[in-house]
Amino acid sequence: MIQGLRYRRFSGVAWFWALSLVIAPLLYVVIISFMSRGAYGGVVWTMTLDNYLRIAEPDNLAILGASLTRSVGLAFVTTLMCVAVGFPLALFLVFRSGRFRQALFFLLIIPFWTNFLIRTYAWMVLLSDNGWINHLLEKIGFGPQALNWLFTPQAVLIGMFYNYLPYMAMSLYVSVEKLDPKLLDAAADLGAGPLKRFFKVIVPLCGPGLAAGSIMVFIPAMGEFVIPDILGGGTSLFIGNLLAQQFLVVRHWPYGAALSVVLMVLVGVCIALFEKYGNGSKEDLLA
Amino acid sequence: MLQVIGVSKKFGQKTALNSIDLNVSHGEFVSILGPSGCGKTTLLRILAGLEKPDSGKLILDEKDITQVSAHHRDVHTVFQRYALFPHMNIFDNVAFGLRCSRVAEPEVKRRVDEMLELANLSGQGKRTVTSLSGGEQQRVALIRALVNMPKLLLLDEPLGALDLKLRLQLQQELVAIQRRVKTTFVFVTHDQQEALNMSDRVAVMNKAKIVQLGTPLEIYEFPKCLFVANFVGNINRMDGKLRQDDAGRWVCDVESLGTYFVEPTEENKVAGQPGALCVRSEKLSLFSRKPSTVDNVAEGSIRALTYLGTHTQFDLTLKNGTGIQVFQQNTQKTAKKVFQAGDKVFVGWHTAQSHYFTGNQLQ
Repeated sequence: MIQGLRYRRFSGVAWFWALSLVIAPLLYVVIISFMSRGAYGGVVWTMTLDNYLRIAEPDNLAILGASLTRSVGLAFVTTLMCVAVGFPLALFLVFRSGRFRQALFFLLIIPFWTNFLIRTYAWMVLLSDNGWINHLLEKIGFGPQALNWLFTPQAVLIGMFYNYLPYMAMSLYVSVEKLDPKLLDAAADLGAGPLKRFFKVIVPLCGPGLAAGSIMVFIPAMGEFVIPDILGGGTSLFIGNLLAQQFLVVRHWPYGAALSVVLMVLVGVCIALFEKYGNGSKEDLLA
Repeated sequence: MLQVIGVSKKFGQKTALNSIDLNVSHGEFVSILGPSGCGKTTLLRILAGLEKPDSGKLILDEKDITQVSAHHRDVHTVFQRYALFPHMNIFDNVAFGLRCSRVAEPEVKRRVDEMLELANLSGQGKRTVTSLSGGEQQRVALIRALVNMPKLLLLDEPLGALDLKLRLQLQQELVAIQRRVKTTFVFVTHDQQEALNMSDRVAVMNKAKIVQLGTPLEIYEFPKCLFVANFVGNINRMDGKLRQDDAGRWVCDVESLGTYFVEPTEENKVAGQPGALCVRSEKLSLFSRKPSTVDNVAEGSIRALTYLGTHTQFDLTLKNGTGIQVFQQNTQKTAKKVFQAGDKVFVGWHTAQSHYFTGNQLQ
């Protein structure tokens, strides 16, 4: 009884949190997407469908399509890179790091103590033509300014990968940690080599972690606009840039809100399709 | 068939295996029996190839397999708590090994179905393993290993997680299956009853060593040391000193209790040596008056008695304060008790029924 009450109190907190920090702002975005823009920016409270009609114009649709494709591509490659490095990392942390496990896991978290912008600017310093990486390369004999990577897609990818890896690694770590090592022994015993053990036992059993990690990387990576701006030099328009521009530069909030709503619906549909046709277990996907 | 030659293994400072020698012949059922931490699981993991020995050799069918890794060995294991793959159904679990060695799918199906039949699970291949009872999981684990026709099957306390009744039933099933498939079984357990029940031979391990290897009867009736005597079955111990009496017979003086005939081994016939005179509980007889029909008699009183159906367990305190246990078969159908708690009684045994351990046998 007392337990029940306590849970109810907590669920009250959760509801308050969800309402005030998630649902209310979302509703606000949806509402202003149906409003008009004031002469000096801001929102005028007269209902209109103009914003959505504007999106449907061929020119705007082309921009939206191009930036969306670019964003999805970037998010996809980022997610792949994070899986490719995050999975071995999680396996190493759980099975091979021994008594350093806690310390190494801690190292994974430490970057979060620094502001995201500072971390990203740090990569600018590292990658610039006169940066540390080029100095290092020169020292080991690659000639001066061997890499001209700053403001290139490679630099954007490095920045994205660096920023999103911990989310993937941590969510995989949780999955791998729950894995019974006896199952791997059993697979080896039955004749499965290292690769078979990985693909037939580890990957299927870490499916939920992989799905959760992918969503935690893919979705924010798709809306990312700061990293492409800083490390890519703002040379190509991502969906995140497009949105940010509407809010911060053009100051057309209703149009930005309409774009956001379209994007949210698209992402929602994607997840729904993934849940329906993906082979992962549904209940774990969004948990 | 399987030869283990001088295998040793250390984990850091701790010796897990100290120069283990073991020969297992084809089709034999050998149990490795020992308390937890004696190294028996390490030995099993080395046989499976999941652990590499620091020194020593493993020979399987005349081939040195010491350096062969687990997935290339013709040795399969039934793991403790089964380690079934939770993301696969019964069929896929059993087929895992065959598919790893690229057996053609129709052949996989034929062999898995055959095994499911052997395990009384025909037609249930589609069930998920999480929906199975403990006994069923155990059987799936067994056939998952057996379907690959291993030269050697290792079983790591496979019945440990089951309740007693199911365990006894599965012990019999396991022996029956072993007789049918004629695979060599090496079975690790800490349960002496299980080892005695099922095995052709038992290797008793203690402190990283095999202390005795023999048939269940040899292990039980002729333990080579106090540890084996104690670990396998119930044994009573009276401490004393060895001496040769006037007639040249070896006797043991137990302080403030009496002098008893003993049969120490040749190398242990050293007068003045402290030792332990041991007799199993069921080999002791109770008398209300001092008997003349047995070789040795000790005096004591009944502290407690417990009626256990097939037999009654008497807890006695001997005259010198030593506590012992006596089992008496309840051969008569009667409500009358011959002995009561508090009764003064005499315990008798023949010299040949006793054991005498001294020197390093006491370790």
